[in-house]
Amino acid sequence: MNLHSHDAAQKSIVYVLLAVGAAISVFPFWYMLITSLKPQSYIFEIPPTLWPAQATFSNYVKALTRDNFGRYFVNSVGVAGSMTVLTLLCASLLAYAFARLEFPLRRLLFGLVVAGLMIPPVMLIIPQFLVARTLGILDSYAGLVLVYVAMNMPMQSFLLKGFFAGIPIDLEESAFMDGAGRWRVWAQLVMPLSRPALAVVTIFSFIYSLDEFAWAHVSIRTAARRTLPIAIAFFQTQHKTEWGIVFAASVVSLVPIVLLFVTFQRYFIEGITTTGLKG
Amino acid sequence: MAGTLIHGSRRRKIATALPFLAPGIILYVLFVAAPIVYSFAMSFFDWNLSNPFQSTWLGLANYRKALNDEVFRRAIVNTVAYSAVTVPSQIALGLGAALLLNHKVRGQPFFRVVYYLPVITNWVIVGVLFKYAFNGQAGLVNFLLRDVLHLIGSNVLWLGDPVLALVPVFLVEIWKGVGWCAVIYLAALQGVPANLMEAATVDGAGPVRRFFSVTLPMLGATTLFLVVVRTIGTLNGYVSNVVITNGGQPMDQTHFVLTLMYKVAFGSLQFGYGAAISYFLTVFIAIVSFVEMRVLQDRGSSI
Repeated sequence: MNLHSHDAAQKSIVYVLLAVGAAISVFPFWYMLITSLKPQSYIFEIPPTLWPAQATFSNYVKALTRDNFGRYFVNSVGVAGSMTVLTLLCASLLAYAFARLEFPLRRLLFGLVVAGLMIPPVMLIIPQFLVARTLGILDSYAGLVLVYVAMNMPMQSFLLKGFFAGIPIDLEESAFMDGAGRWRVWAQLVMPLSRPALAVVTIFSFIYSLDEFAWAHVSIRTAARRTLPIAIAFFQTQHKTEWGIVFAASVVSLVPIVLLFVTFQRYFIEGITTTGLKG
Repeated sequence: MAGTLIHGSRRRKIATALPFLAPGIILYVLFVAAPIVYSFAMSFFDWNLSNPFQSTWLGLANYRKALNDEVFRRAIVNTVAYSAVTVPSQIALGLGAALLLNHKVRGQPFFRVVYYLPVITNWVIVGVLFKYAFNGQAGLVNFLLRDVLHLIGSNVLWLGDPVLALVPVFLVEIWKGVGWCAVIYLAALQGVPANLMEAATVDGAGPVRRFFSVTLPMLGATTLFLVVVRTIGTLNGYVSNVVITNGGQPMDQTHFVLTLMYKVAFGSLQFGYGAAISYFLTVFIAIVSFVEMRVLQDRGSSI
């Protein structure tokens, strides 16, 4: 009996603490949402309300029509989609070569690619800018996509190599006996068997691209080609007080990420804990 | 004969591997490997943007310039403080969150998702939000401190102050980092053997004692991993600072190393100097990570 009430007390303490943590996690989202629904004249009201008393969607309408955030949304999702497809292709080919093929300098090459994991991304910005300028892909979607693929690929091919290496080799050998070539084995055996790992790669790549700021900030000059993060940052510095619109755009740009996360959260947690890398 | 056979099969191996390797390796060389070498070379020149071959050789002058630059030294201090404050905070809070989430209570999966939401939220958005909350006139933070908690008599101009402007930058990092540390710890907690805990309970160890003598030592490797990874992450701090302080405002006093690098390269077009600054940071990060691994590993093995 006594033990029971002790358990119950412990349980309620756990609940209270969990709720406090959850409130700290969620409150900024709530605050953002509320502010995005406030008319401009209420943005700096005192005391600040944390309830949508004068709720209006005018900030959303303005953000999407007057301020072009619909376009930036499409840019972001388009770049993220393209870079994800290219990452899946490049990383899975590379990972298969490292996991299964024999060729000279294999270890050295793999070591170099893994070393790419440790390079601080922003450090590469200056030379990347100059390389992209030479190739004529500054201020273009292609420039964003190619750099994102190159930066994201080391981690993804590392993850896939581990997964491919764990596929029983007998499966592949029997396919070779049946006369299949390397490409068929890769496309029709290895890839379908690796769906969970490919799902992790897809999600992480997509989020990486949606989140990226530094390279887009440096390389994109034309306003219409901005992605959401840089569009929001630019808008905020140019229209210092129009916070309602800033947060309406922010709320809209969070939708794909949060949806992806809530739908695939199992893969997320798996991906994080197996690779130990940050989403 | 044997020689040609080996030679032939070696060739065949390369021919098989090449198409698998080519797309990835080409992109990697162009945008990762070559830039590393490129910027190293640039750091020794006064880099001429329109005609690189007419760049002036400076030797170590860019590096010396950085060391004598007060703005750079201030940036180093800010960056190190950012790491020193936010890394232990997020790891301690993350461990606390993981211990809570490890209780098998109802709604546990829901809490897990909620705790992880800050991690996946865009840096720019969080930065902008904190900037708004720390507004000097009618921000939520001033309102809370002045009218609710009565801790301050008048409004604080957070973003106009060379030290206080970094407060929201630090808080963003902690707020975003806790969930990630918690997920990693949570995975590690699954590896703490249940019978070890039971044995400790039978021996009369209370929950606090069990935590310090069983759980914490078992989490040593995870803690080391988190310390190293988050130190590297924070020393590379950039986005939230750019957004909240507009990159070093006021008066270039709130820079991190990378925001200064950005300003030097893309603001004043001193690409060679910018490259030197980024190499400084890279070497510094390598040294710090190495020291952390040595120190924490030694401590771990002595427990």
